[in-house]
Parts: sequence; C-alpha cells; structure tokens
Amino acid sequence: MTEPVLRVEGLSKSFAAVRALDDVSLDVRSREVVGLIGENGAGKSTLLKVLAGVLRADRGRVIVHGAPVSPANVAAAAACGIGIVFQEQALLPNVTVAENILLGHEGRALRTGFYDWRTLYALAATQLEKLGAEISPSALTATLSFAERQLVEIARALAIEERTRREPIILLDEPTSMLDVNGIETVLGQIERLRRRASVVFVSHRLDEVLRVADRIWVMVNGRCIAMRERAMCDIADLERLMLGRELDAGCQQQAPSSTHGPKVRLSVRELGRRNSYRGVSFDLHAGEVLGIAELAGSGGESLCRALFGAERADVGEIILDGRPVRLREPAEAVGHGIGYVPAERRLEGVVGGLGVRQNMTLAHLDELRRGPFIDVVGELRLVKNWIDRLRIRTPTAETPANSLSGGNQQKVVLAKWLIGRKLKVLILDHPTRGLDIGAKAEMFALIHKLARDGLGVLLVADTVDEVIALSHSIIVMKDGVVSGRFPASAAKPSRLQVLERML
Amino acid sequence: MTPADHQRAAGSRPAAEGPELRSWGPLLALIVVSLGFGLAKPGFATVQNLWTIADRSAIPLILAVGTTFIILQGSIDLSIEGVMAVGSLTFAMCVLNSRTGLDLGVFGLVLASFAGAGLGLLSGLVITRLRVPSFMVTLGVWSAGTGIAMLLSGDQPPLIRDPMLRALGLGRSIAVPNLFLVAVAVVLLGYVLQSYTRFGRYSMMIGGGEDLARLLGLPVDRYKVLAFAFAGLLSGLGGALESARVGLGHVDVGAGQMFATITAVVIGGTSLGGGRGGVLQSAVGTLVLAVLTDGMIFVGVSPYAQKAVEGGLILLAVLVATWPLRSRLRIVK
Repeated sequence: MTEPVLRVEGLSKSFAAVRALDDVSLDVRSREVVGLIGENGAGKSTLLKVLAGVLRADRGRVIVHGAPVSPANVAAAAACGIGIVFQEQALLPNVTVAENILLGHEGRALRTGFYDWRTLYALAATQLEKLGAEISPSALTATLSFAERQLVEIARALAIEERTRREPIILLDEPTSMLDVNGIETVLGQIERLRRRASVVFVSHRLDEVLRVADRIWVMVNGRCIAMRERAMCDIADLERLMLGRELDAGCQQQAPSSTHGPKVRLSVRELGRRNSYRGVSFDLHAGEVLGIAELAGSGGESLCRALFGAERADVGEIILDGRPVRLREPAEAVGHGIGYVPAERRLEGVVGGLGVRQNMTLAHLDELRRGPFIDVVGELRLVKNWIDRLRIRTPTAETPANSLSGGNQQKVVLAKWLIGRKLKVLILDHPTRGLDIGAKAEMFALIHKLARDGLGVLLVADTVDEVIALSHSIIVMKDGVVSGRFPASAAKPSRLQVLERML
Repeated sequence: MTPADHQRAAGSRPAAEGPELRSWGPLLALIVVSLGFGLAKPGFATVQNLWTIADRSAIPLILAVGTTFIILQGSIDLSIEGVMAVGSLTFAMCVLNSRTGLDLGVFGLVLASFAGAGLGLLSGLVITRLRVPSFMVTLGVWSAGTGIAMLLSGDQPPLIRDPMLRALGLGRSIAVPNLFLVAVAVVLLGYVLQSYTRFGRYSMMIGGGEDLARLLGLPVDRYKVLAFAFAGLLSGLGGALESARVGLGHVDVGAGQMFATITAVVIGGTSLGGGRGGVLQSAVGTLVLAVLTDGMIFVGVSPYAQKAVEGGLILLAVLVATWPLRSRLRIVK
C-alpha cells in the first residue's frame, strides 16, 4: 500500500455549543476517489473547509504528502496542494474566467504587477483543456451557466498541479446537488477524468453517485467519522444504515396518504398564461391537499409558482383564492393574502444569511407581533422557540446566524418563516428537498404532510418524478408550458412511467 | 487588449441584459447634452468654448480617476476637499511665495502630491487596521485636512509668485490648456492601472466580492490602502494645480469638488456598490458635468438659479445614465 497523500488525524472543531467535528481521522491515497457521506450537519462541509483553509481546527493534524499543514486561507491550502470546489460557488462574477482560475498564482502572466493578458488566457486555457471544457478564458464569469462555473472552479483547483509540481488533492463539496441529470453525468465524468491526475474527495447526498465513482467511502455521523467501506463491499442500504443508524422505509419514499383533503377549494387558477413560459393553465388546490407539478426543468412550472407568489406577473388568466379573485403584483401582496413561498435557491431568496434564526423567522410577521408601536419581544422569542422545537431545527441558539446552519436546517427556518404567519392558506414549495440528504428529506416529507393535514393547500415542484409521486395527493404534468396530464387525488396513484410519458 | 475587447474578439457569449447600453449610455448622454446646448446657442459649439470646457474639467478629471478606484473597491472617499486644501497649502508654501522663503519649483507639486498620499495612506490604514467604515474615516480626514490647511494658511493665504507654475495653471500649449493635458495623462495612467495591473484588476475583484477575495487569499487590505493612497495623491495634486491656477494657497480650493467627483463617477456608470465601471467611464461622467455647467452659463441661466438647476440636471443625468440598470436594482439604499 502506498503512503496516503492526505492524512487527517484527530481533527476537532466546535462552533459555540455545536461539535461540528469530533476527533475525525481519515486518509486519502494517491489517485483515489474518496466518497464522503453523512446527513446534513454531520460535519462533511466543515471537514472540507478545514482542509481548504477556510476554517481553523481546534485540535488535530492534517498531513499532506508527509508534511503537517495548517493553511490560513484557500490560497495557502492551494500552495500545499489542496484545491476545493465549494458547494455554493466561490467565483468572482465581475472578472474574467482566466483571472478566477489563476487568482493569486498568475505566474508569468503577471510581471512586476503588470498583466500580460495573452499569457494569462493561455495559462487558463491549459487548465480548462484538462477538463475538456469549452469555455473562453476571456469570458466574463457572470455570463457563464451554473455548470460552466463549476468547471471553472474545478479548473482553478487543478491549477495547483503546476504550482506544487505534485498531484493535487481536489475537494468537491456536493458538486452535483444543484445540477440536473445531464449536469450530474458531466461532473461524474469529470471526476473519472480527475482520477488520472489527482486525488479526489467527493461529497454527495446521492449515494448512488458516490457508489459509482468512489473507491472508498467514509461515513460521517454527528461530527465523527464512524466507518470506511470499500466500494466493492457495500451497497446503498449498507450506507444508509451506517449514516442513520436505522433503516429507512423503502428508501424514504413514504407514500402520501391517499385523498384526505376536504372539498374546500383554497386556490383556483384559471387559464393562466405568461408569454414564453406557460399558457392556459387551470387547476384547483384544495385545503389539505398536496398538489405536485411534474415537469422537466423549464417547462413552465417554476415560473407558474413564481407568478402565484407575485414574484413574476402572469399576462393573462385569473387567480382565485378562497373564492375571491386576487391580483398578485408583488410578493408583499401574496403574503398579505396568506400565500407562502419556499424558493429553490434558499441562499439567494430564502434566508437573510447574516440575520439570526429568530429574525429570519419573524421578519415577515412583525405586524402580527406588534403591541402598539413596539415588538412583543417575549412573545416573539416564545414563538420562535416553539417552532425550533416543532420543526426540530438544529441550531445552538435562536440568535445563531441562519447561514451558519446546515442546508436542511436553513430550509426549515424558511418553512418556519411562513408557518408562523397565522393566516397562511397556501404554501408553494419550489424544490423543497434540493440539496438535502435523505434523513432531512424524510423529515421534510413528513412535515409537508403534517402541514397539509392542518388545512393548508400545498403546491409543490420537486426534483424527481418519484418525489412528486411520493409526496403529492394529486399531480399535474407540464410540458412545454401547457398541462399535459392530470392525476387527481380521487384516482389511483399514477406510476412513474405514466407521469414520465406525459412529460416527454 | 482589455478583457472586454478580448471577450468580443473571442466571440464568447455576450454578457446578459445589455451591458452595451450601460456602457454607452453616459457617452450618449454626453453627446446629447453637447448637441442640445450647441443647437440652442451657436456660441456653445466653438473651438474656443471647447477649450474652456476642457480647462474646467481638468481638475475634476484628475480627482475622478483616484475616486474611481476607491468606488470600484466598494469604498467611498469623502476627504477630497480636505486633502486638496492640504495639497494647496503645501504647494503654495513650498514654491516661490509671499510667506516662506522656499522656492522648490516643480518639486512643490511632488511634495503636495505626497502630502495628499500621506493623508490617503492614513485613511486607508485606519479603515483596514481599525475596521472603521471608509465613509466615517474619510469624513474625519476631510475635517482634519481642512484644519491642517487652516493652520498653515493663518489669516494670510500665501500668494504664489513662481511664473513658470502660474503658466502651468493658466497657460496653453498651442491651444490646449496645460491642465487639461495633465488631466489626460492622469486618465491614461488610470486606465493602464485599471486594465493592466494587479492593483487595478484586484481592485475590481475586491469590489466584486470582498469576502470571497479574502477567502481566496487576496491581500484585500493592502490594495485598499493602496487605493486610498493613490486617490489621496491625486487629490493633493489636484489641490496644488488649482492653486497654480488661482495663484494662492487656499483652504477652499476644493470647495464643491467632493460632491462633483462622486457624481461624475456615478454618472459615468461606476457602481457605488463596487466591482463595476472604470476610469474611462468616470472621465465621460466628468465631461457630462462640465458640459452641463458650461452650457447653463451659455443659455443664460441666472447665476442665482444655477446651483439649483445644476442639482436638478445632475439628478436627471444620473437617472439617464443608470436607466438600463434600474430593473436590476432590486434594493435601493
């Protein structure tokens, strides 16, 4: 066996009262792909951040190519041979791709402080070629697609190779969580390609992906690295068991209880249309019903949801809430009518990162918490604590900044923000489980159904057909902006194939 | 070749939502305003008036170049007028003058610039080391600068008696005002700094995402201090040149310049949030303001109303210049 290129020994890291990493030890060998799995908050991201110099460990050692290191920032980690691709991308949008790839180690492209653009572009092109990426080094980074930006980040990590004259160690923090099927295939392909020149640590929530590309898999639970499995020696069920310490019923695809909703129509949409997006969309959403929209990305469903929340305007058609037509020109009006919206990009639209959990939850409800001209601070805190308990949000305190929580817990904070509203009638969930691990997903599933049982109308666009079928009472299928299929709650649950047929 | 040129040449995907409009808007505004005044008053569109405008815009151009880098980084510099005052007095008291026995000639310009750079350096260090917002620090340095200049000046502002320097401030080479030539040189220097040097590009990156830049190991503080020192240097130089023009070192040489400079930079299309814009845009913005001010005199706006009309026109100009950006400005602070 060869000496590992990266060895982690007894690493610990705490945030306030939360132990994010607890005596973690693992190793990565040369040209090996290591999978790192665990529930949200298990410490995977924290571990990668310590390795990449973003966070400093409290205790323990990191040994790279035989020498102990403790990088102070990403550039220092790169100098040691560790490159990271962040889950939430870390590229500067207003400069060129080349500048992003070579930032801090421009080499011959920067002579006595002066840029030689031609050389800079050439150096960046070399890195992009390693990935077979057809991205112009001179393009403005903000103009690239999400997937392209990810390639740029991988190229940046690979640029370490030339600097250290050693095989780089590339850390990929959930590179697939925001991608569609094609994007995922591309990334997995890239990982195979990376294997020829680097060692890779790959974090993902999708166990099938990890099993496909990883040689060995480390499992993290509650900040501890509890097990290592060779790929050949395990399957998805084994890994799930290790991660959760319990079996999940049928891969967490709990079935939605069949038709339980009452006859009361909460939200009615009539012939709604928006140019280039969707047209002639009609449906009824009942109190207590979960209505799922199944579609391929860009078929109009997401845009429709935004219109129902007033974030985008429909050109024609009617929206009727509790029997009365409403006009939703901006989100504030939708909120006023009791419509809540949990966006897919919670980092951008859902939580106000710097604010604490409490403020995030009550932000939209200060009117309801008012006593005369003042905020009822005691009542507010009681309310927030109550919801933290009810949704089982893992946070050290109610004042912890929301962006320091794990993905699943941030999502719960966004949910709580809406649930706190006393008059909430309709909740729109745009990919509510995106980026969540299976444990958090199962919790989210259960939560959504509980909400529906309490009389809410829930409208949902989810990531996979299976998820839509599992979660929803009734389903509408959208294709190219029109409703191409309907499976009402009264009928039997459709099969995956039946839904897919109408989507494609 | 600048990155933007190269991007076009390489034929990669164009930036979303009309960056063309954004970069051409201010230039268009300049042309429209010039044409408007030209048509209204034939005397406006003469070569002679052109040089008047050039002369008027020389010092604002120099100030705008320094301020552009600060605003590109996402900071603000409100100390311009105080630094100019120090530059003015330093200059006036180092060259042949009515108060001191010194006669350092052109070296006085250098000293004035250094004095300005010193104040800028001070601002930069306080901002980065003590973590005080640039807004507050530079406001303080403005006051401090004015105070220092007052001490230097006393109740007898030094008169400048060096004929060569007076000629620099007032004279023309062929037909072009000397100061305008200096300004053009400074603008070109600024453009090269912005497009071809680490200082310029890193300034852009800092404005694009300071936290991210820091995370990626970019020495953010160093470049911030540099930007403030550079802006201070140009403010000091601006104060000295204004003194050379008016013939004395005075506390008020910079009066009104801070507002005008920041307005010019914003009209040009440099975003106050940082990370967008550039030196050439700021130059265009400065010219728009200069043409407006000059044009008002031509069409005969009463001197009493000029300030008010100017303010209104500035608002209008900002509105026009930033019109294409409106839809993307979701939050206005």
